[in-house]
Amino acid sequence: MRFLFKTRYDQDINLAKHGGHVGWYGALLLLLVAAPWTFPDYWLAQLTFVLIYGIVGLGLMLLSGFTGLFSIGHAAFLGVGAYTQAVLAAKGWPFPVSMAVAALLSAGVGAMVGLPALRVKGIYLGIATLSFAAIVEEGLARWESVTGGNAGMAVASLQAFGWSFDSSEAFYFVCLVCSVGCTLAVLNLLRSPTGRAFVAIRDSEVSAQSMGIHLAYYKTLSFALSAGMAGIGGALYAHKIRFLSPDQFNILQSIDLLLMIVIGGVGSVHGAFLGAIFLITMPQLITLAKDYLPEAVGQAPGLQAVVYGLVLIVFVLFEPLGLYGRWLKIRTWFQLFPFYRQGLFKRQKSFQKSDRLK
Amino acid sequence: MQLAQVLQVLMGGVAQGCIYGLIALGFCLIYKATETVSFAQGDLMMLGAFLGLTLLTVAGLPFWITVPSVILAMGLFGMLLERLVVSPILGQPAFSIVMLTIGIGYVARGAITMIPGMGTDTRALEVPYKGEVLEFGGVVLAVEQLVIVATTAVLCAALFALFKYSRVGIAMQAASQNQIAAFYMGIPVKRLNGLVWALAAAVAALAGLLLAPITFVHANMGFIGLKAFPAAVVGGFGSLPGAIVGGLVIGLVEALSGFYLPEGFKDVAAYVVVLVMLMFKPNGLFGESLRKKV
Repeated sequence: MRFLFKTRYDQDINLAKHGGHVGWYGALLLLLVAAPWTFPDYWLAQLTFVLIYGIVGLGLMLLSGFTGLFSIGHAAFLGVGAYTQAVLAAKGWPFPVSMAVAALLSAGVGAMVGLPALRVKGIYLGIATLSFAAIVEEGLARWESVTGGNAGMAVASLQAFGWSFDSSEAFYFVCLVCSVGCTLAVLNLLRSPTGRAFVAIRDSEVSAQSMGIHLAYYKTLSFALSAGMAGIGGALYAHKIRFLSPDQFNILQSIDLLLMIVIGGVGSVHGAFLGAIFLITMPQLITLAKDYLPEAVGQAPGLQAVVYGLVLIVFVLFEPLGLYGRWLKIRTWFQLFPFYRQGLFKRQKSFQKSDRLK
Repeated sequence: MQLAQVLQVLMGGVAQGCIYGLIALGFCLIYKATETVSFAQGDLMMLGAFLGLTLLTVAGLPFWITVPSVILAMGLFGMLLERLVVSPILGQPAFSIVMLTIGIGYVARGAITMIPGMGTDTRALEVPYKGEVLEFGGVVLAVEQLVIVATTAVLCAALFALFKYSRVGIAMQAASQNQIAAFYMGIPVKRLNGLVWALAAAVAALAGLLLAPITFVHANMGFIGLKAFPAAVVGGFGSLPGAIVGGLVIGLVEALSGFYLPEGFKDVAAYVVVLVMLMFKPNGLFGESLRKKV
């Protein structure tokens, strides 16, 4: 068991709480930097997807996990970012500029969606975002002169100032830099007054308001930041997948994103990436398992949906903190070795509380 | 433009609106009783339609036995679902239950797709009144649509009577207003929650049986549930007459925008309506506006 002896107030907000953090995260970073030389091509591509989805998940985590606003339409922001990037790349804009524009545009759209969030909450907000996402998807399909409609559009390769990031290794590094940057930005935000305000709003709007937090401002800001990050993710996604069509950004994608953060662990930065790893590796695992299953089950097209649904149900019922929560429990078990108790992380039993009067 | 044509479009809208309304009714029942939102309602409808299809074609039961048995079976299924997966996490944040029901929806859709020889097909449900039309002075009305409207009206009357006059209905009202207080008064709140889920699933199954003749039975027909959310919001979440009225509003707006506006507007009309509604009247047409007094 590690006891932190705090001698300065700065230690409370340090990114790395102790030497162990520095060591382990440094090792992780080294592994990620070395990945192009150590992993085969196929796994490198999967890792790139994990990083991209991790960025989007971070955005959604900021909104849902830390501000307590649930969006069932995040794929729309992903789509706005991806299409902006595709259109600007086709015009030959350098990558950093076009990605910034994609992020800003997504953030603007996010702020716009955030406006109803000021009046409605809970499930109403979910429905507002869902409706908005449906409208955006339809808009992408119908605005054929720009997006190519349902026929889809091809995306040019990534380039900036005469450099071309054609190879998968180069593109991987772009994704790595972006995701590390986004992670650091979110961590930094969360230890700043803004992040504290987000968490306060999540825990209780009434108390946050009475502490002088401007609800409208912070909710809109949270939406904008979250959508902006989805936009960055979308820009990278466009270059990775190389071909965009509106149905990639439909309601199922939005639900997949939500599923990602719920399984990863709502309310933890780790959760975004753990969820992304789950979302990307699960189809591979299912493909692997297919060979060992009876043909009637293994070859059925609905297998993936059933597995996703069951995993989601199991996590909501038994592990509400997600994969990260499971890791916390394992870690605590080792830290306290003989003294871990069953009830240590037990959910508090509570009766149904009414949201209607909030 | 003839009047007859407009009337036919309106009738189509009303019929479609009734379906939305019936699914929205399920949302509202569950929301009112347990303050949770079920995203699985559309998929329960799909299950009901598939069950009906199986009983009719594979088991070869006559139509008039199929309908009540499907409704009964789905009611039991809803109660089972509540007992097994929903009740353990009551009292947790509403979002957990949303995710849980999304998971249930996934499993239902995937499981149906996995049934060999049936899951991936789209089939028509053979009902006795299929394809028949009635004509009133130049207005051609499909019997399927009339049946939908009539059944919805009967169901609404039955539900109204249930909540107004029966002991169970009044107990449900009490539980939906304040579960703890109802529990202290000796109302078996847990059993009522199971009943409410059964009722919602039964209504969804009925909606599925009504919808199946005018569209097709396939695994993704549950996505129509996504359009029932706007219906529920427009009516005011948690208001039973509001759900039907909201469904009618959405159905009519959709039908009219499909008729008058360019292609593409039909699909988003419901969502535009709900966004406008949320901006200007978030509590819906019939919603109760409650304020917390400190």
